[in-house]
Amino acid sequence: MHLITSTVGRKLLMAVSGLMLVGFITVHLMGNLSVFAGADAINIYAEKLHSLGPLVWVFRLAMLGLFAVHIGFGIQLSMENRRANPESYAIKQKLKTTFAAESMLYTGLVLLAFLIYHLLHFTVQITNPEISAHQLPLDAAMRLDVFSMVVMSFQKVFIALVYIVAMCALFLHLSHGLSSWVQTLGWNNGESQDKVVLIGRLVAVVFGLAYIAIPFLILVRFVK
Amino acid sequence: MNLTLHVWRQKGPQDKGKLETYPAKGVSEDQSFLEMLDDVNEELIKSGKDPIAFDHDCREGICGMCSQVINGKPHGGQERTTVCQLHMREFNDGDELFIEPWRARAFPIHKDLIVDRTALEMVMQAGGYTSCHTGGVADGNALLIPKPVADYAMDAAECIGCGACVASCPNSSAMLYTSAKVSQLAVLPQGKGEAKARVKEMTDAMQNEGFGNCTNHYECQEACPKGISVKFIAKLNREYMKSMA
Repeated sequence: MHLITSTVGRKLLMAVSGLMLVGFITVHLMGNLSVFAGADAINIYAEKLHSLGPLVWVFRLAMLGLFAVHIGFGIQLSMENRRANPESYAIKQKLKTTFAAESMLYTGLVLLAFLIYHLLHFTVQITNPEISAHQLPLDAAMRLDVFSMVVMSFQKVFIALVYIVAMCALFLHLSHGLSSWVQTLGWNNGESQDKVVLIGRLVAVVFGLAYIAIPFLILVRFVK
Repeated sequence: MNLTLHVWRQKGPQDKGKLETYPAKGVSEDQSFLEMLDDVNEELIKSGKDPIAFDHDCREGICGMCSQVINGKPHGGQERTTVCQLHMREFNDGDELFIEPWRARAFPIHKDLIVDRTALEMVMQAGGYTSCHTGGVADGNALLIPKPVADYAMDAAECIGCGACVASCPNSSAMLYTSAKVSQLAVLPQGKGEAKARVKEMTDAMQNEGFGNCTNHYECQEACPKGISVKFIAKLNREYMKSMA
C-alpha cells in the first residue's frame, strides 16, 4: 500500500483522520454543552447514549482506530522530520509558521495523556470514585446523575485545571489543524490560502472557548 | 560602512565546523552581498588565511547556487531575492551578520557555506521528464496551450532549485521544490503521459533522499526567492489523489 508509506499518503491519512476526530469533538461538545441546560438535560443525554448498547462499542472501536492512525502516523512523521533536520541554525527567524504549528507533536501528546485521564475519570470512573455517577445517588427520575458527577468534579481545582490546560492544548492543536487539512486535501489555491488559515484559527477559538467554558464556569460556581 | 560577520567555517564534510568572526571594512552600499564576501576573502588571503568558500555562478539571480542563510533567513530575507542580488544597502553600518549554510540532512556541507544539493537532482531524475518525439523539431505552434495554463506552468517553472525552501522548513522538506516540478509538468500536455507515475516517483525520491515531510508551515513560500506559492503543494496533493484513483 503506497498510501501508508508515502509522504503524501500519510499526510492525507493525518488530514482525514484529524478531520473525523474534529467531527467527534464537535458532537462531543454539543453533548457537553447540555450541562448548561440543567441536570435533566445532560442526564437524559447520558442515559440515551448508554441505551445504544452494542452501538456504543462499535463507536468506541472506530474511535480507537482513528486515534491509532492519527497518533501513530503523527509520531512516525515527526520522528522522520527530526531526522531530516538534525542541525539547528545559530539564528533562525520564523517567516510564516506559528508556535501552534511547531508544537503539534507536543500538544498532540498532551491531548493523548488527557484522553487517558479523561477516560479514567468519566468513563471508567476510578480517579475520583467518591464522586462517580455509579457511587452517587440516582437522580429524581432514577437515572445516573452525570450532572452531579461533572459539577462535583469541576468544583475541584485540580480537576478543573487539568481540563482547562488540556483544552488550551486542543485549541493550539486545532488552530493549525483546522486549516492544514484544507491544504492537504488539495482544496487550496493561492487566493484562498490566508483566508483558510484565518478561518481555521477563528473556528479553533470557538472550540477552545466552548470547551474551556464548561470546567471554568463550574469552577467559579456559575453552574452548580 | 563597517560590519561584523559571523561566518560558518567547516573544513570538510566530516569536520564539526564553527562560527568565526571577521570584520568587513569599508563596505559600499552598492556592492552585492557576494561582492562584499569577495572583499572579505581578499583580506583573508592577504593575511594568509583560508578564504570563505561559498557557491556562486550567474550572480544574476537565476542559477540558485548561493545557499546562504543570513541572520536566520534564507537568501537574507529580502522578498524574491537571491543572495547575489541582495545589496549591501539593505544593511546598516555596525550590523552584525550571521552567515550559515543551508542546514538539512539531505544537504551535506562540502565546505564552509557550500552544500551538496545533489538530492534535489535525484528528485528531478525520478520523475522530471516527459515522453517526446525524436527526429525533426516540431513546429512551435503545433501544440496549442491556453494562456492561463502556460502562465500557471511558468509560475511553477520559475523555481531555480536553490533549496531555500528546504533551508527554511522546520522539517527540511523539499515539498515546495517537488510540487513546483510536479505541477509544472502536470498541467502541460507534454507532461500528462507520466503525470500519474511522476507524483509518486518524485515524492518517494524526496523521502528516500532524506528530506522531511511537509506539515504545512508555509515557511518555504516566504523564503523562496522566486515567489513559488504553496498552492503548488495543494496541486501536488491533488495529483497524488488522482494517481491513487
